[in-house]
Amino acid sequence: METALKRLPLHSLHAQRNAHFGAFGEWEVPLYFSSILDEHEAVRTRAGLFDISHMGEFHLSGKSAQAFLDHLLPRRAERLKDGKALYAPLLNDQGGIVDDLIVYQLAPEKFLFIVNAANIEKDFRWIEHHLPKGLQFENASERLFLFALQGPRSVEIAETLFRCDFKSLGYYHFLYGKTAWGEVLISRTGYTGEDGIEIMGEISQAGSLWEALIHAGKPRKLQPIGFGARDTLRLEAGMLLYGHDMDDSTSAVEAGLEWALDLDKKDFIGRERNLREKQEGISRKLAGFEMIERGIPRHEFAIEKAGRLLGEVTSGTFAPTLKKNIGLGYVSAAEAKAGNEFDIVIRDKRVRARVVPLPFYKRPSLRGGR
Amino acid sequence: MEFPSELRYTQTHEWSKKTGNRVRVGITEYAQHEISDVVYVELPRLNAEAAKGKGIAVVESVKAAFDIYAPVSGKIVEINKELETHPAQVNQDPYGKGWFFEIEMKNPSEWDSLLAAESYKTQCITTH
Repeated sequence: METALKRLPLHSLHAQRNAHFGAFGEWEVPLYFSSILDEHEAVRTRAGLFDISHMGEFHLSGKSAQAFLDHLLPRRAERLKDGKALYAPLLNDQGGIVDDLIVYQLAPEKFLFIVNAANIEKDFRWIEHHLPKGLQFENASERLFLFALQGPRSVEIAETLFRCDFKSLGYYHFLYGKTAWGEVLISRTGYTGEDGIEIMGEISQAGSLWEALIHAGKPRKLQPIGFGARDTLRLEAGMLLYGHDMDDSTSAVEAGLEWALDLDKKDFIGRERNLREKQEGISRKLAGFEMIERGIPRHEFAIEKAGRLLGEVTSGTFAPTLKKNIGLGYVSAAEAKAGNEFDIVIRDKRVRARVVPLPFYKRPSLRGGR
Repeated sequence: MEFPSELRYTQTHEWSKKTGNRVRVGITEYAQHEISDVVYVELPRLNAEAAKGKGIAVVESVKAAFDIYAPVSGKIVEINKELETHPAQVNQDPYGKGWFFEIEMKNPSEWDSLLAAESYKTQCITTH
């Protein structure tokens, strides 16, 4: 007998909006409301609202919390300050990736982690296992909702509703305080490659805030967005998905996350292998590629060259904004060089692809100089 | 939802339109709605052999690939090349511009075993 999939707290609200549901790991989530292509375009050109309440949140507090973070994470904890967030891979002793997460400093002794839904139990056990005495660590996931409001019009919409200046809220910075929907955290973060914010608060307020955002966004054509577009948006923007593009066996260096490591830091979990790979080179590397012959690459399709297996596709899709077929996959460092070509095996046919630098898509305001 | 009465259907959601000994094939409105945005169509080669009930083409949405099965046996005599550049036609006009290919029938009696609109419609409603 199968266990029923978990549902988002606002599942019935989404059902009322005629969401098409599908499975995402252990969760039954809206795949789309109108269509994946329509919602993808909405986020790139206007604004979209995502319910990502399945994700996990942990609270960490205590006197030596920052010192603990400095050991637990491969990034310098001193990069954090009140109101600042930090993206980091959470590494295991072999230098592989337990999860990728964002840590927020609410106060010098008070931190919040936001982690991937599929890894809530795993991450919690891992961090708790390493927790020194005197620190408090709590899994608050079931009590909190999380929304993402993303797109060029998203910040204006948020300002209309919260009557707050968000334009000056810097990337990876956040505000935390009382609103008409209780205590809410609003960060300038996202998983789409567009400007936007993520909003976290107490679950009892979720429905009310969701409807208020939809309403506030109407004049600017805000749409609810499903997980189908969430995946095409993040992949186009060159962002990784845990479980596909990285896992317990891949190092941060192999996954292209070297930028999220402070390797000169003398002590952190997982340092040894990542430092060695940075210095001596890696045997495999995550490469981004685009198809130059017709075909859509998908998760677990083989990557070949002259009949020799090079690796596997970890993520692949039709990219709606670029109007190309793109993908990610692990190949040797030599095969991962931009311009290199190999074949993706699609239904027994070898279809040609070419390695391209990441990200595939960069939003206009970030392209600079044009 | 539309199921034109002059067409015949399969349980796997292909429609067929007969002109002489030729059968034009596409997917139904029900199918395009279930698949959602079509972003890629893989058509058979001209002169390829089609066998009734066997996979002959592939239609892909953003999330998944779906096999299209030949409703009748015969030879592929025409393919809708426009679908290579405009796959969305499958969604926009499934019975018209969204057609996939045409088969020159080998066993014309196979036409008779295809479903009439009413039988196909009932099947969709039950499945849904």
